[in-house]
Amino acid sequence: MAGTGKAHLRPEGDRVLVVEDLTVEFNVGKGNVVKAVSGVSFDLVRGETLAIVGESGCGKSTLGKAVLQLPKPTSGSVNFLSKELTTMGKQELRDMRPAMQMIFQDPISSLDPRLPVSEVLAEPLRVWNRGNQVEIDAKIDELLTAANLDPAVVRDRRSYEFSGGQCQRISIARALALDPTMIICDEPVSALDVSVQAQILNLLQDMKDRYGLTLIFISHDLAVVKAVSTRVMVMYLGKVCEIGTPDEIYQNTKHHYTKALVGSVPIPDPDRPLTGNLIQGEPPSPANPPSGCRFRTRCPMATEQCAQEEPQLREVSLGHFVACHHPIGE
Amino acid sequence: MSPVLKLTDLSVSFNTPRGMLKAVRSVTIELNAGESLGVVGESGSGKTVLSRATMGLLPRTAVRTGTIEYLGTDISNYSAKEVRDLWGTGMAMIFQDPMTALNPVRRIGDQLTESLVVRLGMDKKAAREKAIALLKRVRIPDPDAMMRKFPYQLSGGMRQRIMIAIAVSCNPEMLFADEPTTALDVTVQAQVLELLSELRKEFNMAMILVTHDLGVVAGHTDKIAVMYAGDVVEYAPTRQLFSNMKMPYTEALLKSIPRLETPTGTRLPVIEGRLPDPTKDEPGCPFANRCPYVTDKCRAEKPPLTDGGNNHFYRCWYPIGGAQ
Repeated sequence: MAGTGKAHLRPEGDRVLVVEDLTVEFNVGKGNVVKAVSGVSFDLVRGETLAIVGESGCGKSTLGKAVLQLPKPTSGSVNFLSKELTTMGKQELRDMRPAMQMIFQDPISSLDPRLPVSEVLAEPLRVWNRGNQVEIDAKIDELLTAANLDPAVVRDRRSYEFSGGQCQRISIARALALDPTMIICDEPVSALDVSVQAQILNLLQDMKDRYGLTLIFISHDLAVVKAVSTRVMVMYLGKVCEIGTPDEIYQNTKHHYTKALVGSVPIPDPDRPLTGNLIQGEPPSPANPPSGCRFRTRCPMATEQCAQEEPQLREVSLGHFVACHHPIGE
Repeated sequence: MSPVLKLTDLSVSFNTPRGMLKAVRSVTIELNAGESLGVVGESGSGKTVLSRATMGLLPRTAVRTGTIEYLGTDISNYSAKEVRDLWGTGMAMIFQDPMTALNPVRRIGDQLTESLVVRLGMDKKAAREKAIALLKRVRIPDPDAMMRKFPYQLSGGMRQRIMIAIAVSCNPEMLFADEPTTALDVTVQAQVLELLSELRKEFNMAMILVTHDLGVVAGHTDKIAVMYAGDVVEYAPTRQLFSNMKMPYTEALLKSIPRLETPTGTRLPVIEGRLPDPTKDEPGCPFANRCPYVTDKCRAEKPPLTDGGNNHFYRCWYPIGGAQ
């Protein structure tokens, strides 16, 4: 599990975002440093949906926030729309913000309970001087309608009057208010019921097509990711394990960690119990990660080489990269 | 032998400013020793209220009717104290959020030994040994060190294992697991479900697994009750339910689960609309407004729970595949 490689970057594409060697460290006192993200590189071509997948603590949310400079990463580069974000001053960075938006996991706490929905949506428009009150009102109605909400019913209500699914629709409408180029969705459906999940995933797809968005979709659920993404990046303890198209990742799995994740997805069929590919235990602490390949302590195929040498990302088939010394089927 | 748990016509309503909110409507369910029942439904379907009513954990605004029999004894009129005496040795519960269910200012060891000392009358030393054995059983590495830790030092998966260890510590006859894995990662979810199934067989415990995910109950239950708007709308042995689904709602719930086989970029089937207002008693089938097969009869008259044979019950005028 290395990921300190850049073989998977695509310099020839129309890239919205290029992240190189991104590292985020947190000082946890007593001289201890947690490396939440260590040396991750990836790029995002316009119109793509990149899914970032992994267990809690693998650094996927930290990575998403570091792209938005919330907070600034410890080192590495984030190039968004051909501008380097990490070295930007406050005002310059602020000017970039409308183009990059975020949707959070908990739809209810991410909306201000005191503001009616019309205000939640009007605030960014007013801050950025996007028209007079009439124009703003028209925009709010357009956004709510796009999110399959009835503006007449919804406008004057507050967030606590809505279900989780409806709140997530409002959050999506808010993220779209300033016509962003890229939206980072951090586990947007994990707090929702299965039946509502499907509605929100469909809505995100519709919005992406309608507004020409580029998405980063952070999730721990591979089945959800399969439906929406065009590229999947699997992370473990702050490093990249495997990256490729969803079909490649699921049908031609190369990394032992990805295989374990795929094997853990519950299947609604009593005759197909979990396949016994369960990995045991939980990830070690990112404050003191294992040497070499970080997954080796839970990997069934780990050898001496895995403890000594950190594997680099390399191409196994077109557009499919894996960081493993002993990939599956080789 | 009497069933471990038998609910007959159990109804729960809450007194709210908008009127009586009917959370559970006349539910009848039976659970035998060592059996595992999955209760499946969306948020607001009444599945959590059902298990809380059985455990005597309803708030004061709740109004409950119907009977609850535990090992053949009617406990529906038990006082709070009498119900409490059943906790631990009779019934135990695991909650969705393992962070808030554990006491944040007490060490894991104290929380684990408490019920052993209070319920089973063990002395401190014996309780400690039993606690360490339990921690080992739920596969916690280094149980000695764990006894001294506080909940905040543990991951969600570890905390849920501790909750499970506490719940099974007094060998209860039945275990309620209310969305035990919803807050956990898929990998840890698989481990926790596996652990629950093992313990159930080992202790011959009956288990009620409450969840919104049909994928979770498929491999871990003997029978399933699907709830919708407070009603049990389909009730059948697990294999029978999946192979011969009768309720359009269950079918819709199953279809909306994203799968690994789903081709990328396809639209997922959704259940349009939402649950009816639980404070209003409207005629007809509560699922009528969202059902793809709805007819005039469905809107006019609420279907009764129909016995389809093979222990398969459903609440629909036009079951999938026809009536049996």
